Amino acid sequence: MTLQTRPIGRVVLSQRRDWHRIGLALLALPLLVFLTLPLFSLLIRTGLSTLLANALQPQVLEAVMLSLTTSLIATLLAVLFGTPLAYFLARHDFRGRVIVETLIDLPMVLPPAVAGVALLMAFGRRGVVGEYLSDLGLELAFTQTAVVLAQLFVAAPFFVKSAMAGFTRIERDAEEAAQIDGAKHWTVFWHITLPLAWPALFGGAIMTWARALGEFGATIIFAGNFPGRTQTMPLAIYIGFELELGTALTLSILLLVVSFGVLAVVKGLMRQRIGSM
Amino acid sequence: MQGWLRVVIVAVFMVVLSGCTSQSAQGPAGASPPSTAGEQPASGELTVFAAASLTEAFTQIGADFEAANPGTKVVFNFAGSQQLAQQLAQGAPADVFASANEQQMDVAVEDGRVTADAPQDFGQNQLVVVVPADNPGDVETLADLAKPGLKVVLASADVPVGGYSLEYLDKANAHTDFSSTYRDAVLENVVSYEQTVKAVLTKVVLGEADAGIVYTSDITANVVNQVQQIAIPDDLNTIAVYPIAQVSDSTQPALAEAFIGYVLSAEGQRTLADFGFLPIE
Repeated sequence: MTLQTRPIGRVVLSQRRDWHRIGLALLALPLLVFLTLPLFSLLIRTGLSTLLANALQPQVLEAVMLSLTTSLIATLLAVLFGTPLAYFLARHDFRGRVIVETLIDLPMVLPPAVAGVALLMAFGRRGVVGEYLSDLGLELAFTQTAVVLAQLFVAAPFFVKSAMAGFTRIERDAEEAAQIDGAKHWTVFWHITLPLAWPALFGGAIMTWARALGEFGATIIFAGNFPGRTQTMPLAIYIGFELELGTALTLSILLLVVSFGVLAVVKGLMRQRIGSM
Repeated sequence: MQGWLRVVIVAVFMVVLSGCTSQSAQGPAGASPPSTAGEQPASGELTVFAAASLTEAFTQIGADFEAANPGTKVVFNFAGSQQLAQQLAQGAPADVFASANEQQMDVAVEDGRVTADAPQDFGQNQLVVVVPADNPGDVETLADLAKPGLKVVLASADVPVGGYSLEYLDKANAHTDFSSTYRDAVLENVVSYEQTVKAVLTKVVLGEADAGIVYTSDITANVVNQVQQIAIPDDLNTIAVYPIAQVSDSTQPALAEAFIGYVLSAEGQRTLADFGFLPIE
């Protein structure tokens, strides 16, 4: 009897599982459609001819070049200065640590417009620091440096967060063992810590770059809008929307494709890494 | 039991999704608009799209209009006229459009949101050069705008005031009082093309820019002490004419008409004059 009922039970079970899957898929679908439909609409409404006609316009190329250079510099600075900060926070406990971590998170959740106004108050000509810089003949507002600073401000926290998580995950044993063997701090960091934390650092850097590439609000307030000098892709898209929709659509698609490519590559790399570990 | 629950959840989703497409005619009673709104001309909510330069004057006019017509609420969307025209083109719901130039009103007409004979001129404005109160760039005359290294902020060419600013530079360039390289020298000094006239003013008030070109009406009581003004003579200045019109698919046509009537009335014109606008002749 038990032998007979078993297969039936299994059929019922697998049927149930099918139902379960269909039900879940139906629940999952609405948000997925909502998230992807606007992106596909951009592609559908633009058309290849508009894309090609606009992609080679000098204003579009200028914006693309400016965006690429500034966002890469911002990412480089985030890695350069973010790594020591993340390492320090991962290795040392101190009073007020939570506050420091929260302050670092803040630029990620603040509206970028707030970041722009804050940067002006700090580095503008009448700003807290900018006042002194101005005396030295260094004026940041409306320059490419301002674009990089705006990007660094809103995007660097992504790197610091990711790097911190990476450093924290590393077994202290490996570092300590090397130290016992007489290795210097710097050697340990370079040969043990960095290679082990590499996926997290790389992933964080890519997220920072993607965020810097998309930066808009802080840039338009702090760096202003000047084609070829401070008009990055997102600014050109915003202005293009009022002036020349074709330009805006073309730049939107370029940003979309680049961002998708980068995120896909990173996800692929991370999966490989995790798989091999 | 769980099977039933699943069916219910799926059914709810179906209803929600179909509701999105078919504008559910038999919606719940709470969602239906109050039926009295259609009868009385002066009650309900009115959405006014107005040029950024009208911010202070229209806020006052809106408050006065609400006070004169109890039960009405005027909601403003202030932005660069070109932004508003674009929003209208994309189908943004609105009842009244007040533009800072004819060009952007024409855009709304071309897009079918305003009928061709609807726009009426209601006010005028003109340009003025502003510099921060402490005048870091040492700008005393209009000619000083061409000084090398000065930081000038203009509105973008598609913003009405930006277009007028370029017109001023063209006129000055042709004038005997100015050098023939004046226009190019000033444009060389431009560090940013802003998206509204208010953004130009803010960058000057903050002292980030050495000079900017705005409307005389922008010099409100709030900022009058934070900037110095350099007048642009009439023959070089552009008189900006502001048109206002009812949006053709307005859901509040009677109220829209009443509001436009109020703007054109002696009272409305007085308020506009209080905020530095010139009367329409």
